[in-house]
Amino acid sequence: MASKKPVRWHIAVFLAPAVLVYTAIMIIPLFGTLNLSLFNKGPDGVGFVGLGNFATLFGDPRWSASFWNALGNNAWFFLIHMLVQNPIGIALAAILSTPRLRMAAFYRTAIFVPTILSFVIVGFVWKLILSPIWGIAPGLLDIVGLKTLFAPWLGREEYALTTLALISVWQFVGIPMMLIYAALLSIPDEILEAAEMDGITGSSQFWKIKLPLILPSIGIISILTFVGNFNAFDLIYVAQGALAGPDFSTDILGTFLYRTFFGFQLQLGDPYMGSAIAGAMFGIILLGVCVYLFGIQTRLRRYQF
Amino acid sequence: MAKSRSSTGRTFAAHAILITWTVIALFPVFVTVINSFKSRRAIFADPLALPWPEHFDLVGYTTVLKQGDFFGYFQNSMIVTVVSLFFVLLFGAMAAFALSEYRFKGNTLLGLYLALGIMIPIRLGTVAILQIMVAGGLVNTLTALILVYTAQGLPLAVFILSEFMKTVSDDLKNAGRIDGLSEYAIFFTLVLPLVRPAMATVAVFTMIPIWNDLWFPLILAPAEEVKTITLGSQIFIGQFVTNWNAVLAALSLAILPVLVLYLIFSRQLIRGITAGAVK
Repeated sequence: MASKKPVRWHIAVFLAPAVLVYTAIMIIPLFGTLNLSLFNKGPDGVGFVGLGNFATLFGDPRWSASFWNALGNNAWFFLIHMLVQNPIGIALAAILSTPRLRMAAFYRTAIFVPTILSFVIVGFVWKLILSPIWGIAPGLLDIVGLKTLFAPWLGREEYALTTLALISVWQFVGIPMMLIYAALLSIPDEILEAAEMDGITGSSQFWKIKLPLILPSIGIISILTFVGNFNAFDLIYVAQGALAGPDFSTDILGTFLYRTFFGFQLQLGDPYMGSAIAGAMFGIILLGVCVYLFGIQTRLRRYQF
Repeated sequence: MAKSRSSTGRTFAAHAILITWTVIALFPVFVTVINSFKSRRAIFADPLALPWPEHFDLVGYTTVLKQGDFFGYFQNSMIVTVVSLFFVLLFGAMAAFALSEYRFKGNTLLGLYLALGIMIPIRLGTVAILQIMVAGGLVNTLTALILVYTAQGLPLAVFILSEFMKTVSDDLKNAGRIDGLSEYAIFFTLVLPLVRPAMATVAVFTMIPIWNDLWFPLILAPAEEVKTITLGSQIFIGQFVTNWNAVLAALSLAILPVLVLYLIFSRQLIRGITAGAVK
């Protein structure tokens, strides 16, 4: 328990710089945005409308169709990351952490390369590769005899979103890999040796010993993926533009927010509805994080080594 | 021994999987870089061929390099990234230590308050941030970017580092206290070295979005002398959409510095990860 010292100044010293910078540059401006979402232009100037903007967003057909479309696409985007990116990341980390694996440093370095590239680069490079004009993708499929499978994936409504999600998986698989890798390496050798003494080796060692020990890290990765995906914007913006074509089939909350907030082509920017969308995104993310913090994290067992 | 045979098979499978993914990861970068050295006809005729002398052509690079100061952009990106990273790691680790080590009133609440920043993109507050920077006369300075990126990186740093700091043994810290170490000494000499793998991980996580950000440089520092490399290359690529040589060259020029930087840092990073884990 806490001791009865009068004032523990060191706590304040440890916390002050982070809290100050964070509050001034992040929280106050964000609060300004949320505040803005409660206002809108009326016949007699800008006025307080309470939750009116949100009612419009969820209920008014002009807005709600786009909103639910973006939300659905975003959910699919997230699902693909959870089902593809994280299992691949964990598997790669587990393989990499095999003791005495040769060239492990090379693989680790190489697999992380896409993660360090900017969305600008990734978006353009994949657009070029998947482009039917340049013909790298059809050429490659032709080599393995699957040329008929080729389609202009980024240009077809039914494939575009999945393709972009997989590009994003390609880019970010290094992050779960690195986090899990660090977690696997920090498992003490004594535990693994004890397991080996009991005859638990290879894959059963992974499932029975290592996996339970890295569950907290997997939890962190899941919530990071969730937050990252529901904030995503750049890749879709770079590859498909603010209109998130074809026909809004790749529209996610980030691009929807951008279009509304800053306007595009014929639509004027609307800071009030934009703030309302930002508020809705905030609510969705907050909900997900609360489910994690109170529903999942508290049930994870942590071990001190 | 039967065991060694099965482990040979397993090693082979491990290498096969890792090589496959390495190829997938590097292929797009490879294709871009080799084609940037080719003539326009060769880019389309045979995109997978290496730039042999007969198609070798630097026209893309000469087009792009005539237009701007890539070295200056690179330097700006370097300064912004390194300085922000330093502050994020220092302030983040300090706050994470306070949150994971001490019990005080409002601890959980403060943790949630700081974690809030992971959930909301700082971009949502752009308009207000711009107003602050205008008021402080910081528009078109690297300081503005450093401030924003420090604030942006802190929540995640605190969140991850406090998770890791919970696993540092209490006995060790109490032993330090009995030996008369101050709380600051315990933090800097006992705890920080032990969470080094986590620090390295946080460093990579923090560095990448800062280096690659397009949004804040565009809004807060679009002037030529403070342009970052991501903004610089975005503008290039935008200018040359139909000139494939120039686009590929601009992409390669944007990739190569990051790649070199990463290769330098990755050794550091991996040493950090393994050194901390082996203890």
